Parts: sequence; C-alpha cells; structure tokens
Amino acid sequence: MKRILLVSLVLAGALGAWAWVASLGSVDDLLVASPGETAEALKDDRALLLDNAWVTLYEVLLGLAVSIAAGLLFAVAMHLNRTLREAAYPLLVASQAIPIVVLAPIFVLAFDYGIGPKIAIVALICFFPITVNVLDGLRAVDPGHLKLMRSYGASRLRTLRSVELPAALPSFFSGLRIAASVSVIGAVFGEWAGADEGLGRLVLRGNDELQTPRVYAGILILTLMAVALFSLASLAERLACPWNRDERPA
Amino acid sequence: METKVEASVAEPLSVPEQGVTLRGVGRTYGSRRADVTALEGVDLEVRPGEVLGVVGPSGCGKSTLLEVVAGLQDPDSGVVEVAGESDADARRAACSFMPQRDLLLPWRDALGNAALALESQGVRRRDARERAAPLFERFGLAEFEDARPAALSGGMRQRVAFLRTLLPGRPVLLLDEPFASLDAITRAEMQAWLAGALEAEPRTVVLVTHDVEEALFLSDRVAVISRRPGRIVSELEVPLARPRDRRAAVADPQLIRLRERALEALGA
Repeated sequence: MKRILLVSLVLAGALGAWAWVASLGSVDDLLVASPGETAEALKDDRALLLDNAWVTLYEVLLGLAVSIAAGLLFAVAMHLNRTLREAAYPLLVASQAIPIVVLAPIFVLAFDYGIGPKIAIVALICFFPITVNVLDGLRAVDPGHLKLMRSYGASRLRTLRSVELPAALPSFFSGLRIAASVSVIGAVFGEWAGADEGLGRLVLRGNDELQTPRVYAGILILTLMAVALFSLASLAERLACPWNRDERPA
Repeated sequence: METKVEASVAEPLSVPEQGVTLRGVGRTYGSRRADVTALEGVDLEVRPGEVLGVVGPSGCGKSTLLEVVAGLQDPDSGVVEVAGESDADARRAACSFMPQRDLLLPWRDALGNAALALESQGVRRRDARERAAPLFERFGLAEFEDARPAALSGGMRQRVAFLRTLLPGRPVLLLDEPFASLDAITRAEMQAWLAGALEAEPRTVVLVTHDVEEALFLSDRVAVISRRPGRIVSELEVPLARPRDRRAAVADPQLIRLRERALEALGA
C-alpha cells in the first residue's frame, strides 16, 4: 500500500514538472507538448498509435524470443566448453560495443525493409544481458552440489539439468529483465533505419511534420511498453522461482 | 559407472558384505607456499556392517579421508579398497556420501531432494519419488514431502539429506560431520534418530565427527586421528550393546572411560 502511494506521488510530481516546463513562455511549443496536448493526441490518434504500437510490440517480442533462445544456447555451450568460453567471450563483449545506430542501416541494407532487421537488432541488444547473466548463474553453482552429484555418479547432462540450470534460473530472469527494458530501444533504432510502420517510425515522421503532441504520445507508449515488459519479466520470475523468495529474509 | 548394488530400502538389508580397507594411505595437497600433508600412513579397516567413528581436531584431514574413500579423490600413496575394489569409479559406486552441509536443492521439495541420488543414477523422477515416499513415513518426515528446504528445520533438513544418502541402497555410507551445524538439543535428538535409522537399515558406516561423545554413542569402534598430518593414533572398541539409549549411554562408566582415553589420544 505504502509503495503504491509512493509511486503515485513520484509520478504525480513528474507529471507536474512536465506540465510546468510546458507552460513556461520561454519554451517552444514545438519542443515540448504539454500533458494535456499529449493526452489529446493519445485520444485523437488512438487508432493510428495502436496500429503502429502492435507492429513495434510484435518486433520486440520476436526479437526477445530469438535472444532468449540464442542467449541460453550460447551460455550453456560456453559453460560446458572452456575453450569456447575463452574464445567467444571477447566476441560477446564486442557485440555490445558496436554502436547499434550505425549497425541498423547496414542490417536494413543486408536484409530488407521488412521486419527481419528489426528482430535482428532487438535480438542483438537483448542477447548480451541474457547470455552473460545465465553464464554467471551457471558458474556460480555451489561446488558442494557438484561434488555431491559426482559422488552419485551423475552424468554431465544430469548435473546440468538437475542442478546447474535450475540454479541459474534467477540469473536468467535478471538478464531477461534488463533485456526487456532495452528491447524497445532496439526496435525503435531498427525502424528509424528504414520502415514504413511502427511506433518508432511514427515518432520520427511526427518529428519531421512538427506534430509534437503525437511524438510525445508515441514516446509515452514506447516507455509504457518497456515498463510493462519489465514487469512481466519480474512476474514470470516470481512464478518460476518461488524458492528464490523464501531464501531471502522477509 | 552405473552402480550394480541394488538393495531395496523398503525391506531391511541383511548385514552388507562389503567393508572398507585403507593401507598406508597418504594424501598431500600442493600449494604455492608449501605442500600440506593431510593424511600420512593411514591404516584402517572397517568391517562389513560396522559403524566406525573417526574423530580428530579441525583440519586433521578427516574430510580428506572420507573423500578418498568415496572415490572423489585418489590417495597419493597406499591403497584404498571399498568392497574389495580399489578403482575410484568402483569406490564411488559402492559408497554413498553425505557432506557436512545438507546441500538440499532449494527449488526441490523434500521428497524431490531425497530422490536426487536415485535420479542421478538414471531412475526416473516419478519412480524415484515413489521409492522415497515410504521412507518419509518411517523416518519421521511424514507430511513434509511437499515442503521446500527453506520451510524445514535444521534437524529435518538433515534427515532428508540422510534419506537421500540411504536411498541408492549402496552398502557403504560415509557421513561427514552430519550434525555439526545443529544446536546441541537437536543434535542429541538426531544422534538418537540416526542410531535408530541404522538399526533399521544396517550399512557399513564411516562417521567423521569432532564430537567424541557423538562418535562413541553411534559407533562400534572409534579411530582417533592426530592433528595434521593426519595419522591414526588410537582405536577404541565401544562395547555397549545395541540398541543404545543415548542418555544411559552418555552416563555409562565404560563410555566415560573411553571418552577420557579418546581425549587423551587427541591431546586435549
């Protein structure tokens, strides 16, 4: 209860600050749309915004799915094979060092104008936090558990399935939460590099057409989308790893 | 690799035929500064069906001794035989090892944890759980089958860990300070419980502990290990009849004398 109150207060404060800045005479209307104008745009353009939001959400979800599959596969392979781990780790880090803004147009050139490059960019951004967190989780397993499994004569695969993967599940969700919160940015970059639909595309065009309230409405929806995905990942973690909470003191 | 020892825990075992023999066993760990000799010239015989207590001060190589017997380490010198086999894989297959910490998996319920060793040998999850279930009834864990470890008391966690050790039906049990983490009252309770459990499921047992009283109460014979490098400095027969009552045993003049001798051998 106290938390909800606190969050509401912070949100109300932010909204108030926004309204105040927008009302200042010295701030150009083309730069800042007021909360009221933004709400109006949300209402008037709702069909347009919603259609494009679905497109972006679709790109984000597919990209996330690809990154989860690739991240898990990479992490497990790197965990099982030391040579691969040492060889691939620098590559893994390098994949994050490449500026996505520069990469996005190349992706669009290489694939096409459609959904492919967007998914690829979302996946490229998201698979890093997932891979690194799962790998850390797999490596942080209590050595006592591994010794125990060895004493039972358990196979490598059995130990992975019964001990290491479940132990790494909370780390996987930590990675997924980070991935979920940055995934939307990936889709927007992808759309900016070349697209004819999606919220990122809508925001970019709105900017060119000086439709500031619509731009703000689009940004608001993109933000809410990222927050919702993050919350969903947190919820999934609570459902999938209930033991994780009984270990922490209340 | 697969264990050939298939004893059903549901029906009491006949006294197992397999013992443990150590002859001149030494184990040295290399470290950057200096080599540390954990064990030196250890000769030990555990007769089939016997409970051997091993007591010694902290860091005397007791845990190393158990891991060497369990086939988790190989000795640098000497011979270890479990059930007549000296190969590490064969030793692993004949021994069931219970480490100091209970090491229950926090995401599995109590029954799933007890079934872990069986599952590790390729028994299917459902069958393993089915074989574990009757033991919960018999060993005071009824109605805790679905509880996750975090919801269990220290004593109950230790019981689940012990059932996990018992279930594969291996002839030799290696217990590494199983009650060290428990408070004194729970520990006394668990010692009586273990004595009862071993009456019902006789095995060849090596019980490592730093608690002389615990060793004397639970064992047929107690070996005293010296400070590092670990050597057997004394072996004491415990002539108390079984089943033993813990309170009577602790007050028994014979046991008190044995305790004095053990402490003397420890140099305490």
